[in-house]
Amino acid sequence: VKYLILLLHNSASREMFTSLPPEERAAGLAVYEALTEELVDSGELVMSSPLADESLARRVTVAEGRTSTTDGPFAEVKEHLAGFYLVECKTEARVLEIAARIPEAEFGVVEVRPLMDMSGFEG
Amino acid sequence: VSRVGSVEGLLRELAPQVLVAVVRRYGDFDLCEDAVQEALLAAALQWPADGLPDNPKGWLVTTAARRRIELWRNESARRRREENDALRTPPADPDPPPQTDDTLALLLLCCHPALTRPSQVALTLRAVGGLTTAEIARAFLVPEPTIAQRISRAKSRIKGTAFSMPDDAELPSRIAAVLQVLYLVFNEGSTASSGTALHRVELTAEALRLTRILRAAIPDDGEVAGLLALMLLTDARRPARTDAAGELVPLAEQDRTRWDPGAIAEGVGLVTRALSEAPSGPYQLQAAIAAVHDEAPCTQDTDWPQILGLYELLAVLAPGPMVTLNRVVAAAMVHGPRTGLDALAQADPALAGHHRVDAVRAHLLELAGDPQGAKEAYEEAARRALSVPEQHHLRRRAAAL
Repeated sequence: VKYLILLLHNSASREMFTSLPPEERAAGLAVYEALTEELVDSGELVMSSPLADESLARRVTVAEGRTSTTDGPFAEVKEHLAGFYLVECKTEARVLEIAARIPEAEFGVVEVRPLMDMSGFEG
Repeated sequence: VSRVGSVEGLLRELAPQVLVAVVRRYGDFDLCEDAVQEALLAAALQWPADGLPDNPKGWLVTTAARRRIELWRNESARRRREENDALRTPPADPDPPPQTDDTLALLLLCCHPALTRPSQVALTLRAVGGLTTAEIARAFLVPEPTIAQRISRAKSRIKGTAFSMPDDAELPSRIAAVLQVLYLVFNEGSTASSGTALHRVELTAEALRLTRILRAAIPDDGEVAGLLALMLLTDARRPARTDAAGELVPLAEQDRTRWDPGAIAEGVGLVTRALSEAPSGPYQLQAAIAAVHDEAPCTQDTDWPQILGLYELLAVLAPGPMVTLNRVVAAAMVHGPRTGLDALAQADPALAGHHRVDAVRAHLLELAGDPQGAKEAYEEAARRALSVPEQHHLRRRAAAL
């Protein structure tokens, strides 16, 4: 089963990350790198990426055939998506174990969602 | 999807033979495998336009050997001395008689225990199956760089491993790993619905082809025969598995006249012979269960007591949550839905929360005359299902109540 691990950021996690001294921030980045390495080795990683700043977010609206956009950041959003891992794991327990190793998990902003498969079964 | 006769089919057939010839000559699996991939790509471009060379295999071996030297040159200066040695090595016979043992050794190497399952799958499909990285990536719905990285990591992990047969003590577990890889490839293809993921169906054909190669190498292995039979007996139902609208049709509702009688006959023959000769194993038992279904004219006239007996054996040899669940279904068909519902209540805790449990419960409640309970269970199963066609099917069942 493929799972999307969503790394959200809220004000508390954002503040923590921006207030980190450079060497600690580097250590934090090394945690992501080690995790990515390991998931490549185990063949579980499909892809992963951080997302660019929320101020670069755009909302697209089509009304009566006309497209309009709104620029981010969006004030009403308490948590925003900061990055993701797309992994393929044999069990839910395994993907939860991976999710728990992501530093954001400390702030309760890591979310795991299984993907819907378009393929079938025969039962 | 049969490609026999096409250039692509020929290339896939020759891929493992060419790789074995090149590895036998130069030894370094990692580089040789890259070189053979490039030779295959070159042939795929040139042959359709220029026609087949007189000796296709010899052409591929020569081209791969040349590419290997080029790749080696590109690698690094520290290899210069070895390169000179390699250039002095007299070329071996480019077309030695095919040795089935070599292909077996190649399969065993690709499914080496130092590799994780996804890496074994990717490496087997490329090195033995002759698929390109792009084809593998498309089939598994994974980005191409991910597969490329997986293959190169896998090759570096088995670097230096001797290209030879493991000893007799190790052999059974090594063959078991190959069977698991081939079964996984097959399942990946056979669960693909035709409308949404057509290219994945090709994995089924590829798994069947590689299993036939394995069977040619070790014809007396009952589990290899069992796996081949299981694949044939499952694939035989493919034409009936989706309806005209592309919706999934469960086994009980399939138009059995659309099943492939040739595949069924071959599968039944294989599993019957295997069960009478070799000690039985999980693949043979699963093939036997598939054979009972395939030979039945409809669900009601299926030999459910025999299926139940086979699942009881399977639960001893290869226990698992899905075996437990299928045994519950068989027990319900033999002893009635209430027996099934009771068994479900005591089933494996590993099944808890799995949508198939809710689907089975729904079906049994329906049979037991509780449409309201069945409807709720179907709806719960649909919510939890991770497959779109399966979800559609479950919603339809709920709506029909």
